[in-house]
Amino acid sequence: MAQSLDRLKESPSQTAGPYVHIGLTPNFCGIGGVYAGDLGSTMVNSETKGERIELRIRVLDGTGTPLKDALVEIWQADAGGLYNSPAELRGTADPNFLGWGRQPTDMETGVCRFHTIKPGRVPFRDGRLMAPHITLWIVARGINIGLHTRLYFSDEEKANAEDPILARIEHRLRVPTLIAERQGDTYVFDVHLQGEKETVFFDS
Amino acid sequence: MAERGSNRSPETGAFFQRDRQWHPPAFTPNYKSSVLRSPQKALLSFDNTLSELTGPVFGHAMLGELDNDLIHNFAKAGESAIGERIIVHGHVLDERGKGVPGVLLEFWQANAGGRYRHKKDGYLAPLDPNFDGCGRTITGEDGSYAFRTVRPGPYPWPNGPNDWRPAHIHFSVFGHGFAQRLITQMYFEGDPLIWRCPIVGGISNKAAVEALIAALDMHATIPMDALAYTFDIVLRGRRSTLFENRPEGN
Repeated sequence: MAQSLDRLKESPSQTAGPYVHIGLTPNFCGIGGVYAGDLGSTMVNSETKGERIELRIRVLDGTGTPLKDALVEIWQADAGGLYNSPAELRGTADPNFLGWGRQPTDMETGVCRFHTIKPGRVPFRDGRLMAPHITLWIVARGINIGLHTRLYFSDEEKANAEDPILARIEHRLRVPTLIAERQGDTYVFDVHLQGEKETVFFDS
Repeated sequence: MAERGSNRSPETGAFFQRDRQWHPPAFTPNYKSSVLRSPQKALLSFDNTLSELTGPVFGHAMLGELDNDLIHNFAKAGESAIGERIIVHGHVLDERGKGVPGVLLEFWQANAGGRYRHKKDGYLAPLDPNFDGCGRTITGEDGSYAFRTVRPGPYPWPNGPNDWRPAHIHFSVFGHGFAQRLITQMYFEGDPLIWRCPIVGGISNKAAVEALIAALDMHATIPMDALAYTFDIVLRGRRSTLFENRPEGN
């Protein structure tokens, strides 16, 4: 018998449930005075470098109905393409930009909005540049394990065309599910959990 | 178990692939909400890029003094939440058994009667005026954490005609990379509702369910004050970067 390669097993995921707001955005659901503000609700200040943009995101179920109890987190590079993370070894990211944000979808409209900056390009493993993108992580009642996807930008056609991750999508008709449409300074992005327009989700 | 602790230099290797047979799948029809909220197409697999290997880090400065004390963080001066007083403690580890230091843990739960402080919760059990049900902490150098709360009650939910959630505490965990991001639920040793729950039942492996059940820990109790439960959380581990071409650095 060979030596054991046993590792610990990752803790299994469970749904965030309908009351995820209590823990992650308590002020949003009316629990005031415990935390000064909801973590991740403000991403930029006056010193943050880069082009200010707004993301308007909805998450839709298999009938096309927007989820009113979802929670979306985003993670992105700064305007120079650097991540504000200890695992970023290429340089020091903009100290006025954490790169992470969190928003619940509105309980009436299902829309969630992020005010952030457009990220710079980040290299792929082989050194080629990926197109500007924002990583999304989505949890909600009915979602057993958080869903990872990316938001790319409709006005980055050339960069999108050479992006190594988008290039991996065999069914080219599905590529537009990852591209947010520019409307002024706002990018509109609908995440379809299921069905014909289903968004490409990642296992990475 | 391998050594715990140590955070001398940031690790940058790719994460071990998730075992999606171990996690609950997206589509678990006995949990009805999953039916229309589960992707039907295959996930797109690729080895981690910098976008997944990196992640936000939160400093201890963000924490308030009572953030890890749910018995008092919403209570009026001199009062406290009603219920079975407990301490929940453990370690955040990675799959290699190493403690994961400096990561934000957030938790939320119902009160002792199974009622959540949320406008969408219409359960007839009353709110506790001294309990809100949210807390957070950051792991120490060895990955350890602890918080104080009251044991949550079970509650009924509109799934099957008579479904009851076991007593549970929701956990949200950051690692050091965004690909480690995890939300799960902690259950309590000996609760007969665990094995009847359609949300728990989405996990097919009995050992995986058992990994979410906290054990009564008499060694960590405070006599005449609080019982204690131990709950370790395991995040994805990183591969060593042996012979890898890493043009982005390292």
